[in-house]
Amino acid sequence: MPEAVAAAISSPHQASSRRLLRGEALVGLLLNLPAGIAYGLMLLLPSLATILLAFTDYELGAMEWGWIGAANFEEMLEDRGFAIALRNTIIYVGFVTPISILLGLGAALLIEAGMRGRALFRAVFFLPVVSLTVAMAAAWQYLLHPTIGPLNAFLRQLGVISPPYWLSSSDWVLFSLGAIGVWENIGYNMVLFLAGLSAIPRELYQAAEVDGTKSWLDRFRLVTWPMLGPTTLFVLTITMIRSIRVFDTVAVLTQGGPNKASEVLLHTMYKEGFTFLRLGYSAAITLVFLLMVLGLVWLQTKALDKRVHYG
Amino acid sequence: MHGLSIQSVSRHFGEVRALDNVSLDVAAGEFVALVGPSGCGKSTLMRIVAGIETADDGRISINSRDITALRAAERNVAMVFQNYALYPHLTVRENIAVPLAMRRLSALERLPLLGRIKPGFSQKRAAIAEDVGKSAQALGLGALLDRKPGQLSGGQRQRVALARAIVRHPDAFLMDEPLSNLDAALRVQTRREIVDIHRRVGAATLYVTHDQSEALTMADRVAVMQAGQLLQVSSPEAIYHDPQDIRVATFIGSPRINVLAAEADAAGFIHIAGQPSGLQAAPGPVSLAIRPENLRLASSGIACRADGFEFLGESLLLHARHGATKEALIIRLAPEAPRPHAGELIHLSFEAKHVLVFDRHGKRVALRNHIAQHQEMTLA
Amino acid sequence: MAERRAKGLLADAPRLLLLGAFAILLLMPYIWMISASVKPLDELFRASLNLWPERFHGLENYGKVFSQIPVFGYLWNGIVVCAGILFFQLLFAVPAAYALAKLRFPGRDFAFGLVMLGLLVPPHVPALPLYVAFSKLGLLNTYAALVLPFTISVFAIFLFRQFFKALPDELVHAARLDGIGELEIVWRVILPNAWPAATAFAIFSVVAHWNDLFWPLIVIEGQSRATPALGVLYFRSDEAGDDFATLMAAAVIMTLPLVLAFLFAQRRFVEGIATTGLKG
Repeated sequence: MPEAVAAAISSPHQASSRRLLRGEALVGLLLNLPAGIAYGLMLLLPSLATILLAFTDYELGAMEWGWIGAANFEEMLEDRGFAIALRNTIIYVGFVTPISILLGLGAALLIEAGMRGRALFRAVFFLPVVSLTVAMAAAWQYLLHPTIGPLNAFLRQLGVISPPYWLSSSDWVLFSLGAIGVWENIGYNMVLFLAGLSAIPRELYQAAEVDGTKSWLDRFRLVTWPMLGPTTLFVLTITMIRSIRVFDTVAVLTQGGPNKASEVLLHTMYKEGFTFLRLGYSAAITLVFLLMVLGLVWLQTKALDKRVHYG
Repeated sequence: MHGLSIQSVSRHFGEVRALDNVSLDVAAGEFVALVGPSGCGKSTLMRIVAGIETADDGRISINSRDITALRAAERNVAMVFQNYALYPHLTVRENIAVPLAMRRLSALERLPLLGRIKPGFSQKRAAIAEDVGKSAQALGLGALLDRKPGQLSGGQRQRVALARAIVRHPDAFLMDEPLSNLDAALRVQTRREIVDIHRRVGAATLYVTHDQSEALTMADRVAVMQAGQLLQVSSPEAIYHDPQDIRVATFIGSPRINVLAAEADAAGFIHIAGQPSGLQAAPGPVSLAIRPENLRLASSGIACRADGFEFLGESLLLHARHGATKEALIIRLAPEAPRPHAGELIHLSFEAKHVLVFDRHGKRVALRNHIAQHQEMTLA
Repeated sequence: MAERRAKGLLADAPRLLLLGAFAILLLMPYIWMISASVKPLDELFRASLNLWPERFHGLENYGKVFSQIPVFGYLWNGIVVCAGILFFQLLFAVPAAYALAKLRFPGRDFAFGLVMLGLLVPPHVPALPLYVAFSKLGLLNTYAALVLPFTISVFAIFLFRQFFKALPDELVHAARLDGIGELEIVWRVILPNAWPAATAFAIFSVVAHWNDLFWPLIVIEGQSRATPALGVLYFRSDEAGDDFATLMAAAVIMTLPLVLAFLFAQRRFVEGIATTGLKG
C-alpha cells in the first residue's frame, strides 16, 4: 500500500521530468540543425568529395572521367613543378616561422617592458594584420621594384651598383616573399605573446627578484620563457599553418615565377584546378596540403602532452 | 642593531598615503606580526622591506647595514608570498634550489650545458643539493622533491615556499599572508609549524596578516596598522588588554569590544548618558571600552534591553542595547547562565580595572581614581 | 619588472628608440605607398628618395582611380559579403554552441567531435567540389557563391561553446524556473551574454574575409561582384600597368576602411584577435 502511494506520487513527477528531458533533447537537436546542414553541405560533403576526386582524372567540362587509383599521386612524384612547389613552401615556412616569432616576441617584450607608447607601438606592429593583403602586396611591389623602387634607389645611393631584382630574380624572389610574410605575421604573433605575457603572475617576478635574480636575462630564463611555453608552442603551430597557406602574395606578385622559383603548394593547386581545370590532380595536391596541416597539429598535441603543460 | 630596522618609511600612491612615517624594529630571532584591515598598507611595507617596491622616504637596514638602495637580489631577505609564487615548470627540488643557484653560481655556470664543463662546478652543485635536501627534510618534503607544484596540495605548496625561503639562511624572513589560501583546519595546524620553523631559523621575521588570531597566537610582538600608520607595537597580551588607541581596541578582539560614549565633567568625573559612573579622568568627552567578557549581569548598573543570544558552545553571547543611547553591547556569559528574554530590562556592571578610557582623539587616558581600581562599578 | 612606476624618460630611451626604429621599418610600405599615391608618374620614374612630392599629384591620381574603377562597388561588395558571412556564422553557430555547452541531447558528443574535426580542415580543402557545385548550379559570380561556403564556422561554434561553458548553469536554470521557453532562452538569456565573444569573433571573421583573395578569385569574374581584394588585383593587371602612382592610390583607398575601423577600435581589435587566437 505505501508503495502504491509512493508510485502514485512519484510517477507524474517522473513523467514530467522525462518530458522535460525529451524537450531539452529536442531543443538541443533543433538548435544544431541549421549548423549541421551547413556543415554537411559546405564542409563535410565537399571535403569528402575532394578525397574521392583525388583518385579520378576528372576535368571540368570533360564528358567522361574515371577512377584512376593513385595515378595522380604517382604523377605528383614525377612532377618537377610540384616538387619545386613543395620545396619552396617548406623553405618559406622555415623562413617565416622562426623570424616572425622571434621578432614578434621581441616586440612584445619591448612593449611590455615599459609604460610609454604601449598602445601606439602595438597598433603600428599590428597594422599589417588588418591591411588588405592584396593592396599591401601592390605596395611591396612598388617598394621592391628593381628600377623605380625606393629600396633599390636607397641601395644605389649606398653604392650598391646593381641591386637585386627582388621579385623577378629566381635567386631572390623566395626571400622577398618570405620577408613580406614575416612582415605580415609579426603583429599577429606579437599580440598573442602580449596576451601570454600579461597572464604571467606578477608575483613570480617578485619571487625571482627576492630569490636573487640580478639581470633581466636571469628573470627571462627563470620566469618569462618557461611561463610563455604554451603560448610559444601555440604561436609556433599557428604561424606554420598560416604560412603554409601562402597564396595571396604569390598570386599577386609573382604567380609562381620566374621559372617556378616562387611556386608554392596552394598556388599550384589553384593553377592546376582553376586554370588548367585538372580537378583530380588539384584535389590530390589539396590532400597533400591537408596532410601537412594535420601533421603540424599532431606534432603540437604531442608536444603539448609532453613538455609545456604545467597543470 | 641586530635584526631588521624600518625607519620613518613613507609611500604615496598619487594622493593616497599608503605608508605614513612608519618605524618598526624587529630584533634578530624575533617574530613580529603586522596586522591590519586589508588596504592598510601592511603589504606595501613588506614589499618595501623585500626590495620589490620602493619607499618615497625613510631607511631600511638589516644588522645595521643600510639596504635602502639595494635591489631585492642583494638584500638576503626571504619572502613567502600569499599564493606561494612557486615556479610551475620547476620541480620542488629545483624550486628550492633557485635562491642558492642564483647566489652561488655565476651566470656561466647556470647555463644548461656550458656550466658543466667549468671546474669546481660539481662541488658547488653537490653543496646546493645538500642544502636543498636539509631544508626539504626540515619541512617534511623529502618524498615530494621530484614533483611539480601543479601536483601538490595547497598545504604542500605552502611548505615548498617556506623551504625555498629558509634554504639560504636569510637575515630577515618576510611572510605575506601565507595561510590565507589554506582551509581553516590546516591553517591552525600550520601556524604552529611556522612558529617552529621561525625558532629554528632564528631570523628576524615580519609576518603580515589581516587575521588577528594569527597575529596574537604566533607573534612575539604584534604591530597594528591602520590607514598607513602604525598604531601600536606590543606583546599580544598588551595589545589585547592594554591598547593605547581606540582603533587598536576595536580592531583586536572578537566579538568587538563594547564602546560607550561618555563625558567627564570639570572635576573629571565620568558620566554615562548622564549617570555618574564613579570613574574619574581628564575633563571632556571620552569613550569607555569594555571587553564583552568583562561585563556581567547585575541587579543594578547600566540599564539595557536584552536583544538576543548567540550560543558559541564554550560561552554565550548576549546582545543588548543601552537603554538611553541605544548603543549596541555584547556580553560574554557562561553557556549555562540564565537567559533574559528579549526586551527584558537588564543591568550590567564591570570592574574599574577592566575599563579602558580614550579621549576624543581616540588616545588612551589614565583613570585618576586609583583607589577605585578593584571596586565593582555599579552606577548608582 | 616589479617596479611598476614609470621610469625616467632617459632610462626608457633605449627601449623607445629600438621600438621606434622597428616601427618605422614596418611602416615603410605604408609610407612609400602614401607618398607614391600623391606623386606624378614622372617623379616616380626618377626614383628619388624624397617622400614629399615636388609636384602634388594626389587629386589626379585618386581622381583617376575613382573614374576608372567602381571603388564604391568593390567596397559595397566587401561589406555585403563580410556582413552576410558574419550574420550566418552567428545565426548558425550561437544556437549550436549553446546546445553543445548546456543541453543534453543524443549525439552531442558526436556533434562536438565533428566540430573538432572541422577545425582541422583548412577552407581550401572543400574548395574544388564547391566550385564545381556552384558552377553547375549557375551560382558563380553571385554573392551567394562568396558567402555560402563560409556560413558554417566550426571555429565560431568552438569559440562560443567554450564561452558558454564558462557561463554558470544557474543562468539557464533560473531562466527555466522563470518559465522562459527553451528556444526563448537562446535569444533572451544566452545572446545578451554572448556579446564579448561575439565582438571578438566578429573582428576575427571580418578581418579574415575582407582580406581573403583565394575564394573570390575562384568564383568571381568581372567587376560586378568583385571584392576589394579582387578590385585591387584587377586594377593592377588591367588599368594600371606600370602606373604605380594610381595603383598606390587604389591600394590606399581599399586598405583604408578596415585600417580606420582598427584605429578607432584598436583595443577591441587586439583583444579580439588575441582571444580568438588563443582559444583556437
